[in-house]
Amino acid sequence: MNNAIMQIIFTFGEAIRRGTPLLLGTTGEILNEKSGSLNLGVEGTMAVGAITGALLGLATSSMFLALLGAFVGGMFCGLIYAFLTITLKANQNVTGLAITIFGSGLCLFLGETLKSTNKFPAYTTEFFNAMTSGGIPLLKDIPYIGTLLFSYNALVYIAIVIALIVWFYITKTKSGLRMRAAGENPAAADSVGINVDAERYKNIIIGSGIMGLGGVYMALFINNGLWNTDWISGYGWIAVALVIFANWSSARAIWGSYFFGLLLALKSRMPSLASAFPSILSWTTEIPTELFDALPFIVTILVLAISSMKKNKKTGSPAGLGLNYFREER
Amino acid sequence: MTNIVEIRNLTKTFGEVVANNNVRLDIRQGEILALLGENGSGKTTLMNMLSGIYQPDSGDILINGKKVVIHSPEEAKKLGIGMVHQHFKLIDTLSAADNIWMGTEPEPYYLDEKLAFADKCNPCDATDPKQLSVQKRRNALTRIKLRLGALKYKASSFLKSQPLKKERFRIIDKITGDFGFELDSRKLVSDMAVSEKQTCEIIKVLFYGAKILILDEPTAVLTTQEIRKLFATMRKMKERGCSIVIITHKLNEVLEISDRVAIMRKGEYITTVYTKDADEQLLTELMVGEKVELHIDRPQTDFDRPLLEIRNLTVKNDEGSVAIDDMSFYIRGGEMLGVAGISGCGQKELCEAIAGLRKIESGEINHKGKSLIGLPPKKIIEMGISMSFIPEDRLGMGLAPSMSITDNMMLKTYSEGKFNPFVNRKKARERAKQLIEQLNIVTPSTETPVRRLSGGNVQKVLVGREIESSPNVIITAYPVRGLDINSSYAIYDILNEQKKNGVGILFVGEDLDVMLALCDKIMVICHGKLMGVVHAEKATKEQLGLMMTGALDLQIENAKPYGIAKDSNITEEAHDDNDQ
Repeated sequence: MNNAIMQIIFTFGEAIRRGTPLLLGTTGEILNEKSGSLNLGVEGTMAVGAITGALLGLATSSMFLALLGAFVGGMFCGLIYAFLTITLKANQNVTGLAITIFGSGLCLFLGETLKSTNKFPAYTTEFFNAMTSGGIPLLKDIPYIGTLLFSYNALVYIAIVIALIVWFYITKTKSGLRMRAAGENPAAADSVGINVDAERYKNIIIGSGIMGLGGVYMALFINNGLWNTDWISGYGWIAVALVIFANWSSARAIWGSYFFGLLLALKSRMPSLASAFPSILSWTTEIPTELFDALPFIVTILVLAISSMKKNKKTGSPAGLGLNYFREER
Repeated sequence: MTNIVEIRNLTKTFGEVVANNNVRLDIRQGEILALLGENGSGKTTLMNMLSGIYQPDSGDILINGKKVVIHSPEEAKKLGIGMVHQHFKLIDTLSAADNIWMGTEPEPYYLDEKLAFADKCNPCDATDPKQLSVQKRRNALTRIKLRLGALKYKASSFLKSQPLKKERFRIIDKITGDFGFELDSRKLVSDMAVSEKQTCEIIKVLFYGAKILILDEPTAVLTTQEIRKLFATMRKMKERGCSIVIITHKLNEVLEISDRVAIMRKGEYITTVYTKDADEQLLTELMVGEKVELHIDRPQTDFDRPLLEIRNLTVKNDEGSVAIDDMSFYIRGGEMLGVAGISGCGQKELCEAIAGLRKIESGEINHKGKSLIGLPPKKIIEMGISMSFIPEDRLGMGLAPSMSITDNMMLKTYSEGKFNPFVNRKKARERAKQLIEQLNIVTPSTETPVRRLSGGNVQKVLVGREIESSPNVIITAYPVRGLDINSSYAIYDILNEQKKNGVGILFVGEDLDVMLALCDKIMVICHGKLMGVVHAEKATKEQLGLMMTGALDLQIENAKPYGIAKDSNITEEAHDDNDQ
């Protein structure tokens, strides 16, 4: 029985581990969308954050520099996106897709080049210890609960804190009100003297930085800092759908991300679970593992279909989402 | 009186369209200036330049005699210019107070200046060392206090919405009360009626301390009572020294409210006259540039059997509540039936139900004895029922804004010649040309995208196209909404022409004077319920007003059901015709 409980706890642990990059990506995208930009470049922004953060971190053996590098890398993508869509008024969807292609390409280029010349930095023991150790001292030693809630690396908790701060910023602060105004009805915001462009620039860049953190989490904690041609593997796209699932609230995004994290965790956890509960779950061994790979994406489609069918006027979707603002337009 | 704003030789072009050509205009301190002109004469463009939305190509704006360049609405705000736009600039998901208050910037906290000031006030100049140390201690304490104050200020300006939540409602309620408005500052904009939204817009402008108010067609969406109220508050604002520019097409309103009238024609400034020296005839002539007849015809026709009959119709609105409640009425061929009611009383839902765009909960819609229920809109159009609904934002329904007039003409007729896969643009262009001539549409060419035209001209294209398809029932809602006098009369003439040809017309209108002069019968609805049908010749404005607010229900008053024809196509039972 003890083993069975531990198996369940490990499964939830894996869900939280895999949900964290989703949470960071979703929180970043919420900042983008609430200020009016449908940024489809999450996947690419995360990829750039992953490669810049991982290279900097591995080369210097500093976790702090890894996170900083990822944040700056993400912000760089956000800056490109903001410049194209706000200053040059390019189409948001096309620009977002371009960022995805650019970011994934840049990540692949740097990673492959370094790998092929054997210059890809390997992590030092010190860095490895920083990566694997974690959790809240004392609390993590509580049996079961300690493992379930307090044993993760710092970025897991940072992600939750960021999500809560973003929620507070959007719903409670005055700057958040201005940013929502820019996203809901830029013309109205403009008419009371809110600088719509500045609001959007600010939120796109910071949001993209947060996505970058999600990227470096993928690189270091999901892929253990080992080069793999597809570090982000579609997590960025799930984040775009999660924004809708969370109804544009980063507080709701927390459990939404962990739910999708659970779906992503099932593939690796199912065999252990099946052996722990042979009577209930033995049938799962018959299912091809590819189905578990596809599961999060199938659920994503279902979520999008269901949320589009819902006829609820109180959605958090900003009215000006996806629309560029040009004051003199008639 | 001094000029507070002087506009000198302003020119603005949009592509090939010259919206303003060397326009000049003076606005005086504490006056109400009406800006009058036909659709597309450039009034809104001029005012948009004054409020920083458009940048002029050339020319100067002087405020209090000083030349200014207004780059953005924010700069206009700082100069004391506020504009209430025809299309409200409000955020639906926020409360009135948030909408008004969201643009306030925290005043910068001048720590250095305050420190310097504190030093100046509390000099350390005592000669007695004991005294000096007391002074020094006091000053150090003041400095710490100021620094703490700065920190607290910075924190609170970041988190401002929470600590100040009550405060902002109070500030806004105070402005509301001062000017005699009625507005619940906590109400969400999405729950507001049109007049409340407008009030919210005006308070927004006043909140930012506007001394020069620009109201762009404020009365177009209001009822008579609401207009009275608006005018009363406008006078109050004038007493407080505000200058107000009002753009409107309704001449009676111009004569009632304004001190002076500035007239524009085709992008050019014509003249300014004192209202007390003007009358409707003079203003119209100045506006149009030629003599016009100001009389609405009501041609007498022989009524046919009922063309369209509605029985016990119940329809729900988008929110799922009942919009049209058990309503019965009928339209005969050659008859114009007016529909009067406060805006948002189910007019839109009624039109959509007849045109087949909205699901019907219960009841019957009969056209020449055939039921229309369940038929797709295309079939209904083929049967000769045409609908033109001019929504409050005009562009919302019926036209594709980025397509040209020609292409918009084709939207309804593309299916002619079923086996031809290509579009016949030549024919459509002919029709477009004809329409432009007939209705005096101001446009550079038939290929200009519709959204580049001014609001009134867009509307003419829509109404014109509906009539083009030679229907036998025309449902038209607010066809002259925001149209200038000349175009309005052109539309009335077209409708009358159709009526003479035996077409039944359902005319959903706003202006009771017009409806009393134009329609044969007027049906009044209040919250989706039929209040009665009256003959326009015998009815009075007051009676209609009472019925619109639900104070007078003829069905109860006269204890008989209205809206069922005695020679109905639906049943043979005999009813009195609904005479008064």
